[in-house]
Amino acid sequence: MTRTAPRPGAAAVAGIGATEFSKDSGRSELSLACEAVLAALDDAGLEPPDVDGLVTFTADTTPEAELARVTGMGELAFFSRVGYGGGAACGTLHQAAMAVATGAARAVVCYRAFNERSGVRYGLGQADRPLATGADRAAYSWITPFGLSTPAQWVAMFARRYMHEYGATSEDFGRVAVLSRARAATNPRAWFHGRPITLADHQASRWIAEPLHLLDCCQETDGGQALVVVSAEHARTLRRPPAVLAATAQGSGPDQHMMTSYYRPDITGIPEMGLVARRLYEQARTGPDGIDAAILYDHFTPLVLPQLEELGFCAPGEARHFVADGHLEPGGRLPANTHGGQIGEAYLHGMNGIAEAVRLVRGTSVNQPREVGRVLVTAGTGVPTSGLVLEGER
Amino acid sequence: MGSPHEPHESHSSQEERLRAFVGRTLGPPRRAQDPVNLPMIRHWVEALGVDNPVHLDEDAARAAGRAGVVAPATMVQAWTMRGYAATQAPPPDDGSGALVAELAEQGYTSVVATDSEFEFHRELVPGDRVEVEERVERISPEKATALGPGRFVTTVRTYRDAHGQAVATQRWRTLRFRPRQPDPEPPALRPRPAVNRDNAFWFEAAREHRLVIQRCVSCGELRHPPGPCCPHCRSFEWDTVQASGDAHVHTFTVVHHPRHPAFDLPHIVAVVDLAEGTRLITDLVGTAPEHVRVGMPVRLRWLEADPDLTLPVFAPHEQEDP
Ligand SMILES: [Zn+2]
Repeated sequence: MTRTAPRPGAAAVAGIGATEFSKDSGRSELSLACEAVLAALDDAGLEPPDVDGLVTFTADTTPEAELARVTGMGELAFFSRVGYGGGAACGTLHQAAMAVATGAARAVVCYRAFNERSGVRYGLGQADRPLATGADRAAYSWITPFGLSTPAQWVAMFARRYMHEYGATSEDFGRVAVLSRARAATNPRAWFHGRPITLADHQASRWIAEPLHLLDCCQETDGGQALVVVSAEHARTLRRPPAVLAATAQGSGPDQHMMTSYYRPDITGIPEMGLVARRLYEQARTGPDGIDAAILYDHFTPLVLPQLEELGFCAPGEARHFVADGHLEPGGRLPANTHGGQIGEAYLHGMNGIAEAVRLVRGTSVNQPREVGRVLVTAGTGVPTSGLVLEGER
Repeated sequence: MGSPHEPHESHSSQEERLRAFVGRTLGPPRRAQDPVNLPMIRHWVEALGVDNPVHLDEDAARAAGRAGVVAPATMVQAWTMRGYAATQAPPPDDGSGALVAELAEQGYTSVVATDSEFEFHRELVPGDRVEVEERVERISPEKATALGPGRFVTTVRTYRDAHGQAVATQRWRTLRFRPRQPDPEPPALRPRPAVNRDNAFWFEAAREHRLVIQRCVSCGELRHPPGPCCPHCRSFEWDTVQASGDAHVHTFTVVHHPRHPAFDLPHIVAVVDLAEGTRLITDLVGTAPEHVRVGMPVRLRWLEADPDLTLPVFAPHEQEDP
């Protein structure tokens, strides 16, 4: 167990805060970051000067020092960034938990804010990004000249092979979208509040990159989300019941690429997620049976299925039955994406899902299933990724 | 075979043919379709928001020293317009056709009105029947303009009443110009590969129509995408082997969105298993989305995407290169 430090349970999420989720925020990404961070601090009952650590995504445009200066935080003793797009989400809390557990910092805010819809849209692809020749950019030399340039297209390759090997169908992917939109329909914060879809709607939606329909893709969002991480003891003295970080982990698999790990012998699984799962269960001293709810990263529906398999909720190729049998519904074995996911609530690079997990262990989700002891949260799939397990204390 | 281009006609003969139009009347006078009348005056006055009462109110007109209502002066052109019917069927040549045709022949195919000066001699009253005659006053030498090289054509239109008395004259100037050719659209290029020290060999070989695979000199392991060192034995020494070009489709996607000008959609991209054992992202050509299957055999072909980019693409096995 010693290799999976940081002292499981030493840290907790004490506060969450977000901006509204929109398609055109009308303000700067820095402003969104500040608003989200201040809202999270307010939720925790902390003031900016209490914060001495910040973690965000390498993809974020708001520098930690700038955020600290603008919000009046003063001194920072710990700051860090995590790469690989949405794969960073739980990784930010992993970094924060380690900082808190080791005493490197006392209160760390993890944040992510962008105008992803009204600004630079990921959905439009990498095709015309300016040319550099570092290894980071050179990786795209094998991809974009052939006309493969968006996340949806990259995921489509995995989806097609998964269908081929396991007999999964587009409807199997569609059920994930229907589920997320059903939860979003009853979540006033969700962009798709009041707008559920049917499987027929999914099937009728236009092709983006076969086998992906439009409704297999998450939305694009402007907004910000922040979470405050402090030690579990500290959290117990604050305003909200602590959501203890029972486990946090990052994972990059063998022969890992950025969304195009097509060169592994088998491309139907997500080995980096399998690695994260092993680490999480080890730290939390539990297994799939000890997990009461899940927030599964849903930028594209097809990769939700192998996540369930990598996390051990079902055998490889069996996830489509697990979903079709209703296990992800609020009354099911593993209520999932109760906020509506990134398909239904908002695409905040997974950070809004972690906030929902906090609400689930607090018992305050708008789609609260029943008593939720432990929630497992995953981050971006197809990329070096991360995950965490939250435990309630009530 | 002779030259596809006729020798250019001398500049002076073009000049001469245009000069022949100067002073000429363009066709017979064109008569108004209707006499000057109150309903048309009312339409005009209402449409243009003219508030002078002398156009519609007899008493106001007399108070202003007229015998009765008078048509707005600038309406003179309207009485002789061809009306709606001309927009549905081309009107018979009114005489300006020969000049327009000669200008077009010389490349001045576009037109824009530049100015119109009126001189009014008498106010028109209901019952007047107007006709107009147009005479070419001047055709300028070719001038460079913002729209392109062109000639200013000035005509004088004389409007007369039923007795042949001039009621107004109009000096009408247009620019007949050669529209500047828009810069030809550069052909859309495919996204550029970022060619660096680790991958240049592959793109250089592709330019010579050789699909190569990096091979570790020390342990013989093939690897793609390439890298500076062997993940199996950590050797930095490598060479390449040439792929046979035989492959099978491992997976594929049919791209419908977003549109990129270098690609015709839908566009098929595949991951293929090369016979040598490595995989490659590539395009599938010579087939249609509905015919592509995971596992289908495909064979290498070369795509000269643009002068700086040659890419290996694959086509169904049964289809031989032409
Ligand atoms: Zn080697």
